[in-house]
Amino acid sequence: MDLLNALVALTNFVVIPGLAYGSQLALGALGVTLIYGILRFSNFAHGDTMAFGAMVTILFTWAFQSMGISFGVLPTALLALPFGIAGTILLALLTDRTVYRFYREQKAKPVIFVMVSLGVMFMMNGLVRFIIGPGDQRFADGERFIIKARTFKQMTGLNEGLAIKTTQGITVITAIIVVAVLFWFLNKTRTGKSMRAYSDNEDLALLSGINPERVVMYTWMIVAALATIAGVLYGLDKSFKPFTYFQLLLPIFASAIVGGLGNPLGAIAGGFIIAFSEVTITYAWKKVLNYSLPDSLAPDGLVQLLSTDYKFAVSFAILIVVLLFKPTGLFKGKAV
Amino acid sequence: MTDTMKHTLLFVFVGVLILAEGATDFLFFSGSWNSALVILNMGLISAIMAIGVNIQWGFAGLFNVGIMGFTALGGLAVVLTSTPVIPEAWSSGGVSIVMALVMGALTVVSGVMITKFMAPGKARMLVLAAVMIVGFFVYRAIFDPAVGSVEAINPALQGNIGGLGLPVLLAWPAGGLLAAGAAWLIGKTALGLRSDYLAIATLGIAEIILAVLKNEDWLSRGVKNVVGLPRPLPYEVDLQNDPAFVESAAGFGMDPVLASTIYVKAGYALLFTAVLLAFLWMAQMALKSPWGRMMRAIRDNETAAEAMGKDVTRRHLQIFVLGSAICGIAGAMMTTLDSQLTPGTYNPLRFTFLIWVMVIVGGSGNNFGAVLGGMLIWFFWIKVEPMGILLMELVTSGMAEGSELKAHLLASASHMRLFTMGLILLLVLRFSPRGLIPEK
Repeated sequence: MDLLNALVALTNFVVIPGLAYGSQLALGALGVTLIYGILRFSNFAHGDTMAFGAMVTILFTWAFQSMGISFGVLPTALLALPFGIAGTILLALLTDRTVYRFYREQKAKPVIFVMVSLGVMFMMNGLVRFIIGPGDQRFADGERFIIKARTFKQMTGLNEGLAIKTTQGITVITAIIVVAVLFWFLNKTRTGKSMRAYSDNEDLALLSGINPERVVMYTWMIVAALATIAGVLYGLDKSFKPFTYFQLLLPIFASAIVGGLGNPLGAIAGGFIIAFSEVTITYAWKKVLNYSLPDSLAPDGLVQLLSTDYKFAVSFAILIVVLLFKPTGLFKGKAV
Repeated sequence: MTDTMKHTLLFVFVGVLILAEGATDFLFFSGSWNSALVILNMGLISAIMAIGVNIQWGFAGLFNVGIMGFTALGGLAVVLTSTPVIPEAWSSGGVSIVMALVMGALTVVSGVMITKFMAPGKARMLVLAAVMIVGFFVYRAIFDPAVGSVEAINPALQGNIGGLGLPVLLAWPAGGLLAAGAAWLIGKTALGLRSDYLAIATLGIAEIILAVLKNEDWLSRGVKNVVGLPRPLPYEVDLQNDPAFVESAAGFGMDPVLASTIYVKAGYALLFTAVLLAFLWMAQMALKSPWGRMMRAIRDNETAAEAMGKDVTRRHLQIFVLGSAICGIAGAMMTTLDSQLTPGTYNPLRFTFLIWVMVIVGGSGNNFGAVLGGMLIWFFWIKVEPMGILLMELVTSGMAEGSELKAHLLASASHMRLFTMGLILLLVLRFSPRGLIPEK
């Protein structure tokens, strides 16, 4: 019985939050890794693209709520999501047309692209703050829990409760669907194949008649969609605040690099590695240990390895270790 | 018009902007000499940071986006050097804290040794893991109780280990040393990796340094802030009570309160200008020297430089440490100017990326460009807000009174800053990628 309690506590505080956070990071890292694979630079504006997508979705959510449209038990934001994606795609294509294309034609060095993406980051950040303000916005509605802690206790008779938030469930399911669609697209469709070809070998791809501008356009559309979905899921699960999205840049990049930049499968694995390390290292293990160890060995302290404020340090440490021992990441990324 | 003429005129333009800020309240100028001096002082500090970044990026092509961390370390140095000694803190737990930190450092060093000297394989992994885990728990066992007892001492005012009670000017080189030490550690691990990996690594380290400052209350009092740091210049109140000062102020026909505030700010401006000129001179000398030429050779073609027998990684480490030290000194100067350390106010957009805008707009690779960019962009960073409000008032003047859109536009005008800075950066990168004062 005690072991069961330990398992439930572990699932409740580590596995479920880790899965949800990992899915959000994986979606974000997929966007970063696609840009890196096809456009060949690290896009520092990705966090703010996520913020922009989430913002557009929030604005549509509010509009729907004021019109009295709702999605039943699910959050209204899911209805608004397609509009958010459309808005972000427009912005991404506009940025590419006005900013990035010039440097592509110049064949500028990757580091120049990174600088340019810093400028884009500033502008998007300013735009989001200008439209929605720098404060916290909550926009989740509908049913809050799939399983409530108390219902779970009554059902099973255990001491420990298990709570699954609707947003966590939605996050994981959405992430699975999105990743499945993305991989189907990359592996089965003509456009997807041309994207992979372009990423693997630009010259050969050009030689075989692939239109680079088309590939780039599709990449931005997919990246904008991924960024919006990741941003909305993160905002639903926690809350929306422009600056938090900027700070997500670090774990997202860590996920993409740990998995191997330019490798979509690596980005997903990296997302979960980073998320689970952050959660396990900053979790106070006292409860789980109390259940699973005999009384004589029960710990006095919280058994928390690092306080939650150091979660950045965790993703950073993993990043450094992987880079030192396997510079192209766990899944053989590319190095430009 | 020759280049020298043009560049001098650019500096004159910045000077005129700052003078206008003091002399007139036309449009967005405030007409207050105090405000002009505040802008000038922070502009000078920004110029020093820009020189630090320019040394790394312009000379050697290193992409460092962790400037905020080095600046914050400079600020920490001010607290550690100049605040009074707290004997109780040292007798209760300070020594144990130092011991714990030494333990932690020893663990890391032995970890590095094990990786270096043991043959790769399962045995190495196991020993490494064992040393790391044991070291971590020993460290925590010494560290946690010591921190508790230090933080318990007079928590409303202190609760940290205090400083060394040295003159505050000494904190500036100390800030440089602290930043240099951190830069050496980062450089040792992250240099030699690809340029964008270095960027991510520095971005991460800056966040970690800030997390330490915010959470380690025994060190910097965390978000409770350290206020009332010692100053190198007299306090305004003392000046106002000094009959000699009041008399000489009256001689200039000035009110003693105004005179004292301006006296102090002008004093800081002189100090900062002296430091800036010293760094500018050193950076110019370094640029012209064989060492500077070697750096640029490495920047332009690493492979060729390596073929000529230059140790690229070592040189990169050297310049990374030097540039970061300058940022640390600038950070210490800034904390001295504010006479408080407020870890909650450090923000990468303001302390890292804005400095990058300064370097690129001024002209990367040119020290005078960095100084110009620092002063000019700082002026606009301050003034974009009033400009934005003016612009919004103009845009909304035709709208109906009390309309929601008008209220929103006016209220959000202050967020124009980041947008404008991004726009300036993109415009410069596109139309004048070499900056206002290009590299020769």
